[in-house]
Amino acid sequence: MGVLALQGDFREHLRLFSSLGVEALPVRMPAELARVRALVIPGGESTAISLLLESSGLLDPLQARLRDGMPTFGTCAGMIMLASEVLGGRPDQHHLAAIDISVRRNAFGRQRDSFETDLRVAGLGAPLHAVFIRAPLVERTGPRVQVLASVAVPGGTQKPVVCRQGPVLVTSFHPELAGDTRLHELFLGLLPGNERSDTQTLDNERTEDVRPL
Amino acid sequence: MTDSDGHGGGGQSERVTGTGMVKRGLATQLRGGVIMDVVTADQAKIAEDAGAVAVMALERVPADIRRDGGVARMSDPALIEAIMGAVSIPVMAKARIGHFSEAKVLEALGVDYIDESEVLTPADDEHHIDKWSFRVPFVCGANNLGEALRRISEGAAMIRSKGEAGTGDVKEAVHHLRNILGDIRKISNCDPTELYSWAKELRAPVELVREIAERGELPVPLFCAGGVATPADAALVMEIGAQSVFVGSGIFKSSDPPRFARAIVEATTHYSDYEMVAKVSRGLGGAMRGEESASVATRLSERGW
Repeated sequence: MGVLALQGDFREHLRLFSSLGVEALPVRMPAELARVRALVIPGGESTAISLLLESSGLLDPLQARLRDGMPTFGTCAGMIMLASEVLGGRPDQHHLAAIDISVRRNAFGRQRDSFETDLRVAGLGAPLHAVFIRAPLVERTGPRVQVLASVAVPGGTQKPVVCRQGPVLVTSFHPELAGDTRLHELFLGLLPGNERSDTQTLDNERTEDVRPL
Repeated sequence: MTDSDGHGGGGQSERVTGTGMVKRGLATQLRGGVIMDVVTADQAKIAEDAGAVAVMALERVPADIRRDGGVARMSDPALIEAIMGAVSIPVMAKARIGHFSEAKVLEALGVDYIDESEVLTPADDEHHIDKWSFRVPFVCGANNLGEALRRISEGAAMIRSKGEAGTGDVKEAVHHLRNILGDIRKISNCDPTELYSWAKELRAPVELVREIAERGELPVPLFCAGGVATPADAALVMEIGAQSVFVGSGIFKSSDPPRFARAIVEATTHYSDYEMVAKVSRGLGGAMRGEESASVATRLSERGW
């Protein structure tokens, strides 16, 4: 398991995997990316991570790995990085288009509007405690995207905050902050060879395992 | 501070804002990044273009505050709002030590973090701001562990070294980081009965001292500020144990602010990869001239207690 360690809360992800007994490595350079089977893109500032991906020489190899179907988990800024479209971002911001969603940055407002809440996530049973920090929201999902959790937004509509497309899982919030490991375990279940464990419920809902875009 | 979302469906319950986790959570997202002082919306854009994770909106950088003298206060809300409108990254702003009304104004403006800062002229010689009473998170400076823990006990959600702001001399920041981290290492290894005398010596709540002993680190992120002027300075303070870097005068007092900004961002990410630090330092041009911290007339780092 690798955790992209250019900027943001990569340490929390590394510790969480370590608590699950999974070996996880920080990834800052292409040689490190080549050593991992799966990757987490953590929370942080997506504009900074985007620039650093390019200057570290990781952008092209990462795009190639995503095309090859590397299991990837993006939280908050990681969700923005993996989306096929970013609203409210910088025009020159890279996004990896590994999951067919349109994401709006800072969709809940500024830091004073950041919040924690309990959230029901499909397949996880008891609600998950979720911390939303200047969080993004999903404005559009493509036909191959499964929505695993949503929140209400002003106007009464529901917008997705946890989505999956094949081996790519994204969340608007920070499961790495609240100490609940279930989403990380769900992600581990997406790795080849682990499919039967935690993702059974999800796969029963509907999935021909589709390749990312 | 709670809001019911009022919509029921979807299984989500009440939303709670302004909690310790939400406040520290933003600091956590800024780790491994650079927070840059900016005095105009254009500078804020240069900072964002260079990969800053946040900007500090203020009227004058610390080097100019030193040069001009007089009383340094919170910046004009119009300037802060112009900067908030110019960038998509978090915007911080400074309030004077103890000046909770300036802080309330900054909270009303919607800034993402308030720096209760010794760079401004203190407004209270006895009390820092009660930071628990705010929804917006605070960062505070510290020279040593006791000061850091007192600020945390008042509700600070991020600690930064004070350093000697506006000098371009990193020595004081190094000193403060080593003070804080050195005492944390000692406490982590001490006998539990010694925690009470540590609390007395540090003038800090024993519960926080015990938490340090258990965790081996502060309960909030520790960033570096004060005197960082080059990519190698950023690498140095990250190696010592800072989790992110504030750069005040060091970028916009250099000969080439966009390049310095970018180079310091790269060096902060790849701080232990010295080929990378060398690469970004090569041909960079002149760093801010600066002055030796020991020779300055006003020691900003001695403000606060």
